[in-house]
Amino acid sequence: MSEHIFEYAPAPESASIVDIRPAYGLFINGEWVDGTDGRSFKSVNPATEEVLAEITEAGPADVDRAVTAARTAFETVWGPMPGRERAKYLFRIARLIQERSRELAVLETIDNGKPIRESRDVDLPLVAAHFFYYAGWADKLPYAGFGPDPRPLGVAGQVIPWNFPLLMLAWKIAPALACGNTVVLKPAETTPLTALAFAEICRQAELPPGVVNIVTGAGETGKALVEHPGVDKVAFTGSTEVGKQIARAVAGTRKRLTLELGGKAANVIFDDAPLDQAVEGVINGIFFNQGHVCCAGSRLLVQETIAEELLERLKARMTTLRVGDPLDKNTDVGAVNSAEQLEKIRTLAQIGEAEGATRWSVPCRLPEQGFWFPPTVFTGVAQSHRIAREEIFGPVLSVLTFRTPAEAVEKANNTPYGLSAGIWTEKGSRILWMAQRMRAGVVWANTFNKFDPAAPFGGYKESGFGREGGRHGLEAYLDV
Amino acid sequence: MSTETLTDAPGSNAELRAYLHGLPGVDQVGAEERAARLATRSIKTTAKAAAIDLAISMVDLTTLEGADTPGKVRALCAKAMRPDPEDPSVPKVAAVCVYSDLVDVAVRALDGSGIAVASVATAFPAGRAPLEAKLADTRAAVAAGAAEIDMVIDRGAFLSGDYLKVYEEIAAVKQACGDAHLKVILETGELVTYDNVRRASWLAMRAGADFIKTSTGKVSPAATLPVTLVMLEAVRDFRAATGRRVGVKPAGGIRTAKDAIRYLVLVKETAGDDWLTPRRFRIGASSLLNDLLMQRRKLATGVYSGPDYFTLD
Repeated sequence: MSEHIFEYAPAPESASIVDIRPAYGLFINGEWVDGTDGRSFKSVNPATEEVLAEITEAGPADVDRAVTAARTAFETVWGPMPGRERAKYLFRIARLIQERSRELAVLETIDNGKPIRESRDVDLPLVAAHFFYYAGWADKLPYAGFGPDPRPLGVAGQVIPWNFPLLMLAWKIAPALACGNTVVLKPAETTPLTALAFAEICRQAELPPGVVNIVTGAGETGKALVEHPGVDKVAFTGSTEVGKQIARAVAGTRKRLTLELGGKAANVIFDDAPLDQAVEGVINGIFFNQGHVCCAGSRLLVQETIAEELLERLKARMTTLRVGDPLDKNTDVGAVNSAEQLEKIRTLAQIGEAEGATRWSVPCRLPEQGFWFPPTVFTGVAQSHRIAREEIFGPVLSVLTFRTPAEAVEKANNTPYGLSAGIWTEKGSRILWMAQRMRAGVVWANTFNKFDPAAPFGGYKESGFGREGGRHGLEAYLDV
Repeated sequence: MSTETLTDAPGSNAELRAYLHGLPGVDQVGAEERAARLATRSIKTTAKAAAIDLAISMVDLTTLEGADTPGKVRALCAKAMRPDPEDPSVPKVAAVCVYSDLVDVAVRALDGSGIAVASVATAFPAGRAPLEAKLADTRAAVAAGAAEIDMVIDRGAFLSGDYLKVYEEIAAVKQACGDAHLKVILETGELVTYDNVRRASWLAMRAGADFIKTSTGKVSPAATLPVTLVMLEAVRDFRAATGRRVGVKPAGGIRTAKDAIRYLVLVKETAGDDWLTPRRFRIGASSLLNDLLMQRRKLATGVYSGPDYFTLD
């Protein structure tokens, strides 16, 4: 009898389902148009460094065209349209996303580097759910608790990050449209493809021209959008650094602003926690999406009594993570989204070592091409270390210990951020005691990174303000 | 936990209770999520071929009916030795599992095949009989040539908190087994919670079980992925604590090759490759074997054969 012969064979999802054009224009007023100054950039597959498409870089004139189109659509079609009619479009978009979910999942994985398992099982179902959820609100706004006839704001300028390209688009566009606003959205420069595919879906759904406009580009394009005087509302998800610049830019204007920024979430594990599930939660908390998650559980706070045992279990579990080809259906950890991000992760990991923390990385073979970083854990981390304070936005976990619940709260809150937190204990009363004291927008108990369109999401402190999702998410797009 | 406390007999129910209730809890949502996620692993081509053969070699081909006869058992034994008469490359199964009064029939039928005879014992499936009757049942099966004994625990005693009684019964049956391997059936469908499954697993392992087994097949639900996950975590942790490797056997309700492969994925990613052998992982099943054979032939020839191309037993 031969033994140990059961190794997983490659199980690649077919990329032939997606049809990537060699070049993309801008989606303005329901049409594909060229950029006025003819500039462009490339979107790259981070797992292979292969160029995927030539993307138009929108300049100020293009942004102006898009905002004008959105304004016209708002005033003539979308704003006056009854909520029940808007709902029909949103339901149609949601269904189209479901129908095309396999294609969109593959496209997301190719452009972003995330494992197909996650884009297929997490991103796309949540994207569709978000549109379904807000479609349901469109004709019920008078009952949302914002007065008998809450009005939309107008034109929303939205800038989204590269970590969940289509999901962040859904979080921005679905509530905006449900409330009667029109949208100019700028996807991240490294991951524009699913937003451009979404533009096609808007056409398929016969959404009136100008209701959704997609302008591609980097920071300059985003700056032009948020500073455009025709924009009534700015919504941004991304780094705290850029969020601060945007806040400065819109200060003193009539524009409404919501920001969803960085995080350095604490995942707190008590010694009476369900250990196997806690380990799973830590893994899911920091290695989900290569750690490119603003609410990632990047600081593990573990009670000293079980620190050693938990770490042993954690490392054993980490060695079973399958790192590699994002299109392989068995891959757990995919590629880092860009060379730039990889450099940032490497730098902070080196700083961690230099500061005296102990680094352990999974001994896995990484592909030669593409941008890769092995799942890594730092032990012996002190609260004062940079890897315990700064958002790494990569598969790097910092482990700290605590002795008492009060100390756990103190350490968990001792950060400029406050986006999310996790609590692991079998004791219900302690969960409530902790949750009351954690200054974080989302507190998960005995789970982590759980999302639902009905649950509001957002930050405390420098993790931003405003809520997305749920009834609360409507407020950002209504004149209340 | 030191190795010592895990090999010594517990002094009292209170001590045993403190020990079992001191094990880390199992979060139901988390355990079920983990099992569901592993069930999405995509096992194709060479991996599928390897998994199917491995699964066949792990099958405890089982008949446990009131209507069992020597003829039925002999037919099953023939199937166990040559699962697919047309293809000699198919591995044989691990064991044939029968009631204790039919052990001698199976032993004679399987003579020289290398396939073990397993017998259920201890007033299977309810386990409601005096200890002496359970031990007599076990001794009879062993005397008739059973190499493996599948005992049931006293779920009533477990659920009423009389852990010492359960422990002592397992230890006594283990002794009655002599050289025969002891599989301890927890009947997880009656224990209901994952915390109970984990505690019963540790209790059985501490009492000397060579294998822990999910179910009799007579209670629904029988084997499930999350229950097996919790048991695999238990054997993994028991090995870390004592060095001893205890096997796991899900039984009941595993009918398709796809199901079986999901269990193998669970084994691989939880207990590890050391458990990917019939010595440490078994699947208690009857109809599963034919689906494995059908998928095996599909993989080899590219076409599906109808069920009539595989023998019933």
